[in-house]
Amino acid sequence: MAENKGVLIFCETKEGKLAVIATELLGCGRKLADDLGQELSAVLVGSGVSELAKEATACGADKVYVVDDAQLKDYQTDAYLAVMEKVIGQAVPQILLLGQTSIGRDLAPALAFRLKTAAALGCLELAIDPSSKKLLQTKPVYGGNALAVFTTDSFPQIATVRAKTMTPLEPDPSRKGEVVKVEAGLDPSAIRAKVLEKVPEKVEGIKLEDADVVVCGGRGIGSTEGFAQLEELAKMLKGAVGATRPPCDNEWVAAGAQIGLTGKIVAPELYIAIALSGSSQHMSGCSGSKTIVAINKDPEANIFREARFGLVGDWKKALPAFTEKLKELLAS
Amino acid sequence: MNMIVCIKQVIDPEAPPASFKIDAAGNKVVPPQGVSPVIDPYAEYGVEAALKVKDAQGGKVTAVSLGTNQLRDIVKKPLAMGADELILLEDEAFDGGDSWSTAYALAMAIKKIGEYDIIFCGREASDWNAGQVGSGIAEILGLPSVTLVKKIEPAGGKAKLERVTDEGYEVLEVSLPCLITVSNEIGEPRYPTIKGIMGAKKKEPVVWKPADIGVEASQIGAGGRHTKLQKLFQPVREGKCEMVEGESPEEAGANLAAKLREVKVL
Repeated sequence: MAENKGVLIFCETKEGKLAVIATELLGCGRKLADDLGQELSAVLVGSGVSELAKEATACGADKVYVVDDAQLKDYQTDAYLAVMEKVIGQAVPQILLLGQTSIGRDLAPALAFRLKTAAALGCLELAIDPSSKKLLQTKPVYGGNALAVFTTDSFPQIATVRAKTMTPLEPDPSRKGEVVKVEAGLDPSAIRAKVLEKVPEKVEGIKLEDADVVVCGGRGIGSTEGFAQLEELAKMLKGAVGATRPPCDNEWVAAGAQIGLTGKIVAPELYIAIALSGSSQHMSGCSGSKTIVAINKDPEANIFREARFGLVGDWKKALPAFTEKLKELLAS
Repeated sequence: MNMIVCIKQVIDPEAPPASFKIDAAGNKVVPPQGVSPVIDPYAEYGVEAALKVKDAQGGKVTAVSLGTNQLRDIVKKPLAMGADELILLEDEAFDGGDSWSTAYALAMAIKKIGEYDIIFCGREASDWNAGQVGSGIAEILGLPSVTLVKKIEPAGGKAKLERVTDEGYEVLEVSLPCLITVSNEIGEPRYPTIKGIMGAKKKEPVVWKPADIGVEASQIGAGGRHTKLQKLFQPVREGKCEMVEGESPEEAGANLAAKLREVKVL
């Protein structure tokens, strides 16, 4: 058997381009590969993805494996699992990185068990241990109350990485790399869970993950009407509205607005946290925000340990005045 | 429809963050004093999903829980909610495991149960947030798996499922038997009824030891790990929040707006 070598990045694509998370992973993978003195490879799986090999090379890959097949148009666990098993058999990497996305968090553990190795999901930091050369995988545990560093003795060491934790390289179109085509060789009858239909979430205005300003409400908002006030502020700031888990569970806002360990991850310029306590599980989804501003009536609320600016008081009284004053200031 | 739900007892994730303590030398979490453990809330969504299927078309729901020192009043909650059986994998040898050792033990227990159409797991557990045991059980047993499911309609040896994705959701069809991990979008887990609680009181869980499911110490608990925990620590919070005040909340609100403008955040 070939010796495991190099770092392999599973690159997701979006709307005919490399997904942002893929460029972040390539940036991180490049550093890990350089630290090991080994190659960085990328793998593109999908239908009509061959053209994107150039992008992956420009973003740091030395070699790009391409599995381009009409049957791989949608992500389906059994199909992608079979294809990735094949690619890994060919690439024999030491490290495999995926994004902590609805695809990565499904594929990584299944692949780890199939290959009799292990994975760490939702990592925030990855580094090579200088002495053992093992991959140090740092991830939040206990809902973000603690961080754990894991290592794996078997190869490939698999990790998924959370969005917006790694920095992509500046794409260099002049970089040269090798492209390796791999046949999918799929047996359609082996696909036991088939995707019948995809239903996109309706988003009005700016997507939460892309917004520069996020106005987030917690349990204390108390109602759909309360969230309408947050909506007004978000609209004025060209931002988006987020929520902690209770408002979503109570259907004051759409489930897609949930920010946290089990919801979306955002890292805006400004995060306005209103009537939310700042539980670890919630903070896991927004701690990358540049500036956090908090309004809460409880001076002891955890959110004030995370915020740069705070206001202790009833949001129902403070928020309209805040919004009004901002409107005035922004107009002048 | 025979259904199995994997659950576990955990430190209450809703306990105040200040009560969370780590024994750094032992790389372990110290259970908070005076806070009762709970059934993992993620797993409760799994119980709810199974009970929804049972409500719609009948069937048997068996809950399986792995751990040590499982408080009967806590782990019996699925029974009180409406599950039919409770099996506890309870032995020191199951302790200190990771996703591999846990998935392996659960898979072997499920094999021993024998009859199943759908196995339910939480999307992850609230303690280690590994998010792998469900997929692991499916791989070990050679079953198809669908993760982050929010709706389940079994019919004729298949099930139609809705899976939450980053873009919205997708509709899938899966052959049975299969494994499903359940997302919170399935709906709030039901409260146990008085009748359910009384019924659960009378029902004794079945306890299985490693030998009962044909596993050895090297395959489970700390012995069956594929990962090493190198370090466990609490992130340091900076805590330099500047408080903006005013004579009234309204004035404070206006002052906050002025402050953000002043420091050019907006």
